[in-house]
Amino acid sequence: MNRRRFVLIALLAAGLMAPFLALRASGGEKQELVVFAAASLREVFEKVALTFEKQHPNAKVRFNFAGSQDLRVQIEQGAKVDVFASADWKHMKLLASKDTVVEPAVFARNLPVVVVPKNNPAKLRTFADLPKAKHLVVGATEVPIGAYTDAIFAAAEKVYGKAFHEQVLAQIRSRELSVRQVLTKVVLGEGDAGIVYRTDALTVPDKVQIIDIPKAINIVAEYPIAVLKAAPASELARAFVKLVLSRQGQDTLAAAGFSKVDFQGLK
Amino acid sequence: MIETCVPRLSVAVQAALGPFSLQASLEVGAEPLALVGPNGSGKTSLLLAILGLRTPDRGRIVLSDEILFDTALAIDRPTEERHLAYLPQDFGLFPHLTVVDNVAFALACRSESASPKQRCALAMTWLDRFAIGHLAKRNPSQLSGGERQRVALARALASSPKALLLDEPTASLDVEARVEVRAFLADSIRSLGLPTILVTHDVMDVEALASRIAVLEKGQVVACGLLHDVRAAPPTSFARRLLSSPTVPGTGPICTQGVHHN
Amino acid sequence: MKRAAGSRASSGRLYNAAMVGLGGVLLLFLVLPFVALVFDGGPEAIWRGLGCALTWPALRLSLATTLISVALVVLGGTPLAWWLARSRWRSARWLEILLQLPVVIPPAVGGIALLLAFGRRGLFGEALERLGWTPAFSVVAVVMAQVFVSAPFYLQAAVQAFGRLDPSLLAVARSLGASPPRLFLRVALPLARPWLIGGAAMSWARALGEFGATLMFAGNMTGKTQTLPLAIYTALELDIHTAQALSLLLVVFAFALLLFLRRFNRGAETTRRLATS
Repeated sequence: MNRRRFVLIALLAAGLMAPFLALRASGGEKQELVVFAAASLREVFEKVALTFEKQHPNAKVRFNFAGSQDLRVQIEQGAKVDVFASADWKHMKLLASKDTVVEPAVFARNLPVVVVPKNNPAKLRTFADLPKAKHLVVGATEVPIGAYTDAIFAAAEKVYGKAFHEQVLAQIRSRELSVRQVLTKVVLGEGDAGIVYRTDALTVPDKVQIIDIPKAINIVAEYPIAVLKAAPASELARAFVKLVLSRQGQDTLAAAGFSKVDFQGLK
Repeated sequence: MIETCVPRLSVAVQAALGPFSLQASLEVGAEPLALVGPNGSGKTSLLLAILGLRTPDRGRIVLSDEILFDTALAIDRPTEERHLAYLPQDFGLFPHLTVVDNVAFALACRSESASPKQRCALAMTWLDRFAIGHLAKRNPSQLSGGERQRVALARALASSPKALLLDEPTASLDVEARVEVRAFLADSIRSLGLPTILVTHDVMDVEALASRIAVLEKGQVVACGLLHDVRAAPPTSFARRLLSSPTVPGTGPICTQGVHHN
Repeated sequence: MKRAAGSRASSGRLYNAAMVGLGGVLLLFLVLPFVALVFDGGPEAIWRGLGCALTWPALRLSLATTLISVALVVLGGTPLAWWLARSRWRSARWLEILLQLPVVIPPAVGGIALLLAFGRRGLFGEALERLGWTPAFSVVAVVMAQVFVSAPFYLQAAVQAFGRLDPSLLAVARSLGASPPRLFLRVALPLARPWLIGGAAMSWARALGEFGATLMFAGNMTGKTQTLPLAIYTALELDIHTAQALSLLLVVFAFALLLFLRRFNRGAETTRRLATS
């Protein structure tokens, strides 16, 4: 009986190990390109990755989408990364100052907007209505969108007055760790309003309404991209960045709502 | 009369036991020795020291011509090598093994070379010797107290011990089983001729199984000698109370069921 | 006489009301989220969620890594627990408490500790890197995080299991001549087995649900380090129904595990009765 049970357990273990072995096997042949990118770049970079993999059949792109601050910390802690695309200069500069990245370059621009749930429970129509939103969701200060939000609110104080500023700050319900988490909270109805990028709002057009932020107080978000100095797949990394900056890449970004690099609009 | 070489167990140990210190010295030859004493007097500690499960601070334990423990010579043989059979109060049968496997375990410990089949056969002969061969495939939980005692003894002897240490051999049995087991043990001990120490608080055990008695109180041996002698001159009130219990069955507070043989 | 009977009846009713009220509230609170998990959105949305690209890599990874983690925990934990249970060394008690720490500290703290120890710039990380090994942000890191948080559950169960063994059984075995390996393999392990298996199951459950330390130390890369809990967290940003589907998957696993645990605990009860009768 003991031997039979042992055989059974061994078979079970082998059967459960099979998926792991399959996992190892599947990733074995291709060369991996690890890209850490800001959360707002999820859909558009996945599209770029498809194009890239067609151009480089031996390459497999692996993404880590999160708040740029989280990605920067992981890179500093030794994560093996090839390309870093941030939603603001702050985190890229922090890496550049430690000589971790090579020649960062802006590859896209984005515009913060106010989003409200489709049914707009707080009945907001313009930016000036913002104090009416009882639950406001924004990004935490370390997150690029959070930093932009803080700057927008500071500029709003000068235009709309101190009372406006105080009221808005009082309505902030939650500070999220990535722009997508802000969007999710608004989609779920947990927030009456949130501040995300225009491109994020465009990914869920049937679930949110967009309210523009006045040009006078808005900030253009600049997205830099760079190859890591210690990139394991540096050639592929350079090729990926080239693709992002190329006509093809820029068209893909534009289709998603990002402004092109040579856009001469706000500020 | 030429003196034949009789196995002998010599114990002289000293150990700190919390409130008092154990300082005991015993000699056990062919005559079984009963070790009695109030609770907490150090009986169990002494037994554990002899077994090698507790290390005394100082002392010397010699079994026939083998030194098991000697602080002066820095000898401390591990329990596995002392060849002392230990029968604890609950018999210590392994609940996850059948009766025959329990005995075979002892054989496996001592003779690695024999095959499992040989061991099983040998175990069966031990069981037959004690008339419990029919219980071979049973689990210890299914046996009566007296049957378990037999299995325990068969297993102990299967490991070829050079001395026997019994801890309260009848304490966990009901009154009827005690009678049966006492008779069985008395027989076996007599025929084995091994040095035997018997820890007990039951005067009937003492009378049935041992010819000599040692009284341990607060870690000191206050009396040691033939049962008859110690009973005639008990050195302490405990000894007096213990040994003055009636030996005639049916007249003491312990006996509650029927008539006993003694 | 009548007054006494009346007050007894009313105090009885008050007692019933209090018990049912208090207990019932907690019961509802614990059950309702599961009801929502199962029924919100409807089966179609859940089915669609299951088909998400995140699901199957996460499931494979979770299964594979947790099995390895449990194996490592049992392999290393059993000898450690055996020593701890029988050690007379006073510091062994302190060591036991230290080994329980991962249970009470937040998992994120565990993740940070692992980074500080084994990250590229960690205490031992630089030495490891010279040997060519950088575990952080890899599958190995996933296993390391899981082992760190789940080992204490097995250790506690195993130490208790070995501590519960009847010392006279072990004493007899040794007196019969059982060598330390035989004592451990043929006496202690078989007797402690039901509790050891229970501990391993608890450990596996903890490893399966591990999130905080994994996120910090292994990162969140789909197909590489994104276990099922991490996938749920990521899925929240995509589609709540995907998150819901993945959560249901985890709940089903956990439920099956608990059923298994109960069956084995019943086995343990039987063994205990055999051992003490």
